[in-house]
Amino acid sequence: MAATDTDVFSNEDKRNLNLGGHVGFDSLPDQLVSKSVTQGFCFNILCVGETGIGKSTLMNTLFNTTFENEEASHYQNGVYLRPRTYDLQESNVHLKLTIVDTVGFGDQINKEESYKPIVDYIDTQFENYLQEELKIKRSLFNYHDTRIHICLYFIAPTGHSLKSLDLVTMKKLDSKVNIIPIIAKADTVSKSELHKFKIKIMSELVSNGVQIYQFPTDDEAVSEINSSMNAHLPFAVVGSTEEVKVGNKMVRARQYPWGIVQVENESHCDFVKLREMLIRVNMEDLREQTHARHYELYRRCKLEEMGFKDADPDSQPFSLQETYEAKRKEFLGELQHKEEEMRQMFVSKVKETEAELKEKERELHEKFEQLKRMHQEEKRKLEEKRRDLEEDMNAFNRRKMAAETLQAQSLQGSSQQPLKKDKDKKNRSVKTENHSGVSLSSSKVMIAKASVEPLNCESWWQAIQCCTCLVHSAAWRQGIF
Amino acid sequence: MSTNVRFKSRLMKSEDGGEEKQYVGFATLPNQVHRKSVKKGFDFTLMVAGESGLGKSTLVNSLFLTDLYKDRKLLNAEERINQTVEIIKHTVDIEEKGVKLKLTIVDTPGFGDAVNNNECWKPITDYIDQQFEQYFRDESGLNRKNIQDNRVHCCLYFIPPFGHGLRPVDVEFMKALHEKVNVVPLIAKADCLMPVEVKKLKDRIREEIDKFGIKVYQFPDCDSDEDDEFKQQDKELKESTPFAVIGSNTVVEAKGQRVRGRLYPWGIVEVENQSHCDFVKLRNMLIRTHMHDLKDVTCDVHYENYRAQCIQQMTSKLTQENRMDSPIPILPLPTPDVETEKLIKMKDEELKRMQEMIQKMQQQMHEQD
Repeated sequence: MAATDTDVFSNEDKRNLNLGGHVGFDSLPDQLVSKSVTQGFCFNILCVGETGIGKSTLMNTLFNTTFENEEASHYQNGVYLRPRTYDLQESNVHLKLTIVDTVGFGDQINKEESYKPIVDYIDTQFENYLQEELKIKRSLFNYHDTRIHICLYFIAPTGHSLKSLDLVTMKKLDSKVNIIPIIAKADTVSKSELHKFKIKIMSELVSNGVQIYQFPTDDEAVSEINSSMNAHLPFAVVGSTEEVKVGNKMVRARQYPWGIVQVENESHCDFVKLREMLIRVNMEDLREQTHARHYELYRRCKLEEMGFKDADPDSQPFSLQETYEAKRKEFLGELQHKEEEMRQMFVSKVKETEAELKEKERELHEKFEQLKRMHQEEKRKLEEKRRDLEEDMNAFNRRKMAAETLQAQSLQGSSQQPLKKDKDKKNRSVKTENHSGVSLSSSKVMIAKASVEPLNCESWWQAIQCCTCLVHSAAWRQGIF
Repeated sequence: MSTNVRFKSRLMKSEDGGEEKQYVGFATLPNQVHRKSVKKGFDFTLMVAGESGLGKSTLVNSLFLTDLYKDRKLLNAEERINQTVEIIKHTVDIEEKGVKLKLTIVDTPGFGDAVNNNECWKPITDYIDQQFEQYFRDESGLNRKNIQDNRVHCCLYFIPPFGHGLRPVDVEFMKALHEKVNVVPLIAKADCLMPVEVKKLKDRIREEIDKFGIKVYQFPDCDSDEDDEFKQQDKELKESTPFAVIGSNTVVEAKGQRVRGRLYPWGIVEVENQSHCDFVKLRNMLIRTHMHDLKDVTCDVHYENYRAQCIQQMTSKLTQENRMDSPIPILPLPTPDVETEKLIKMKDEELKRMQEMIQKMQQQMHEQD
C-alpha cells in the first residue's frame, strides 16, 4: 500500500527494499516443488566393483526391493556396463532409477584396460545430453537424462589399503562423476581394523589427488550432518535382503553362528549413514553437481576440441552462432576443395586408362594384320606346291600312257587267252577299288578300250571310276565287245 | 630277514616246542624309527600364496602359534600398480615334546596385486623348480651326507570369499603349480560368509576345480582295517574341502575362556571352534596327520616327475647338438668321448657348408632358366 522511496534513475545498483505487507511470493518454492513432483525425478547410479562384492545386494537393500539380477560369471573377457531402468514410487513422488552395473570388473588377469569401458559410458551419456542441448528443436524438459549422478565404488575389505586397480580407476573417474567410495562386505573387518583401514584409504586417496564427492556444507540446514558424515567416509556397509528375528522384530540381517549382523544397526555398519546421505539428504545436490560441474567440464572440453572459443583474439565475445557459421563455411569449403581434387584425379586416371587401352588396341591390330599376312603367304605357298605336284602327276601320267600304248600296240598281236582272267581281275578291281589288284593286263584291256572310244577321264584310274566308262565296261562284261 | 630266520630257528631249538607264540622282537621297529627320527629332527617347507589382504600371515601365525611377521612393511596402492612377485623365506625352529621341527614359510608378496598380472606366477614356479634342481644336483653329487632339502612340500592357496567361485587368476595359478607342488586351496576370511553361503561356495569351487582339471592335493584313502570312527572322520575331511578358514593374531575372552578369535560388535568368532570355521580341520590335516604324507608325495611324485623331465630334456639336447655344460657328472647313458664329439661336430659343419653350396647352385640354375 504505502510505497517506499523509489529512485527511478539509478537502475544499476541492487537495493534491498522492505515490503509493506505480505505479497505472497514466498510460495515460489512450493510451486517449484509441485511442478517437479508432477514431472517426476530421475536418478542414475553407477556401481563399480569386483564380481561378487555385493553391488546388487546393496542396491536391493538400499531401495528395499528386489531388482532382478542374475549372478555374473568371473570369466568375462572384458568389462561391460549393464544399465537397467526402474520406475519407483514413494507416496506421490515418482523416481526413474537407472542402475548401471559393471560386469566383469576386476576379473581379468590383465586389468590395464578395465577402466576404459566405464569412462566411455560416462562420456557417451554426456555426449547424448550435449547433442540434445545443441539441437535446433529440442525438448530438454522431456529428455530422459541418463548422465550418471553418482558412482559407488566398492572397495574389497582386505583391511590393509586400496588395491592398485581401485586407485587407477578412481583417478580416471574423479573428474567425470561424483565418487563415493564404500567398503563392501564390512562384516569381515573388526572395529579396530576398520578404523585403521578407513584412515589408510583416505590418506591414499588424498596423496594421489583423487577427488571424491564431499557432502555439501554450505547449506545451513544440512551442513552439520553433512560435515559429520564426511568424516565417516568411506562408509563400511553390509547388505542383506533376508530377514532375521531379533528381539521381537524382523530386521534385515545376516545370521552367523557367532552372532547376527543387523544392517540397520549403526553400531554394526554404516548402511544407515549411506542411505541418509545418498537418498534422503543429498540426492538433489548430486544431480546438480553432475550437471553444473562434471557435465560443464565435459562440454567445455568437447567444444574446445571442436575449435570453439569463448573470446576472439581481439577479446570480443564470440557468439556461438557466428563461430558455428564460420566453421560450417570452412568445412564446406574444404569439402568442395576435396571434391575438386578427386574429380581431377578421376579425370586424369580415366585419360591414362584410355590411352593405355588405345595402345593395346593398336598392338592387337598390328598383330592381327601380321598373322593374316603370314597365313596368306602360307596359303600361296601351298597352292604353288599343289600345282607343282599336279603338274608332276600329269607329266607322269602322260609318260605312262605313252609307254603303255607302245606296249599295247606291241602286244595286240598276241593271244587273247588271258582275257577271262583279266575280266575277273577287272571286275574285282571295279568292285573292290583296290589299286594293287589291278594288273597290267587289265590296264591293257582298258587301254584297248580306250583306244576304241575316247574317254573323258584324264587318268586310267579315273577312267575306271567314272560312270561312262563303267557303263562301257559293264556292256563289255556282258559280252558285248 | 635271513638273520631273523636263523634267530627263530635257534629259538625253536631251545624252546621245548611249547604252544607260546615265538616273540621275535621286530615289533620294536616303529619305536626305533621314532627314536631315530626324533634325534634327526624334521623339516617342513610351506608356501602361502594369494592376493594381499586375505589373511595369509595371520593364518600362519595361528597355525604355528608364533609371530613370524613381526616387522612387516606393507606397500601402498600406488606402489603396487606395477609390483612384481617376490619370494621371501622365513625359517624358524620350533620344538614340542622333544620333537624338533625346522619350519620354513615361503611367502609370495605381490602376487595378484598389480594391475597387469600376466604370468605373475612365473617367479613362484621358477622358485619351486630351482629347489628341485638344487636337490637333483645334490642328490647326484659325490658327497651326499648333508643334503639340505629346500623343496616346497605344500602350497596353501588363498581364494577370496568375496566372489562367486574361482577367478581366472586362481585357475591359472593352480594349473601352473598343480604338477610341481601339493596345492591345498583354502577359502580365506570365511567370517564374511554365512553357513549356507560357505557350503554353496565350496560346492562351486569343487565343481570348478573338476571342470578345469586342477589336481589339488588328495588325502590318501585310509586303510580298510582302520576303525569306523577314523573312516568317518576321513570322509568328513574329504567332503569339507576346500577348507574355509579364519585366522587371528589376538586372544579374546569368550565365555570365560581365553581363545584366539576376532571380536565384533555382534559376537566373537572363535578360530578353533569347529562350527565357526574349518581351521581345526586344516591344522589337523596339515600338521597332525598328513604332514609326512605331504612330504612323501612331494618326494615320490612331484620330484620324480621333475627329475624324469629333466633327464629327458638333457638326453634330447645331447643327441641334437653341442654338448651342454652338464652339471651332472654321472649320467645313466653311454656318453661319447670328447674326440669323437669333435669329429662329429666338424663333419656336421662340413655337411652344412656343402648343403648351403648346393642350395646356392640350385638357385643359380633356376635363375639361369
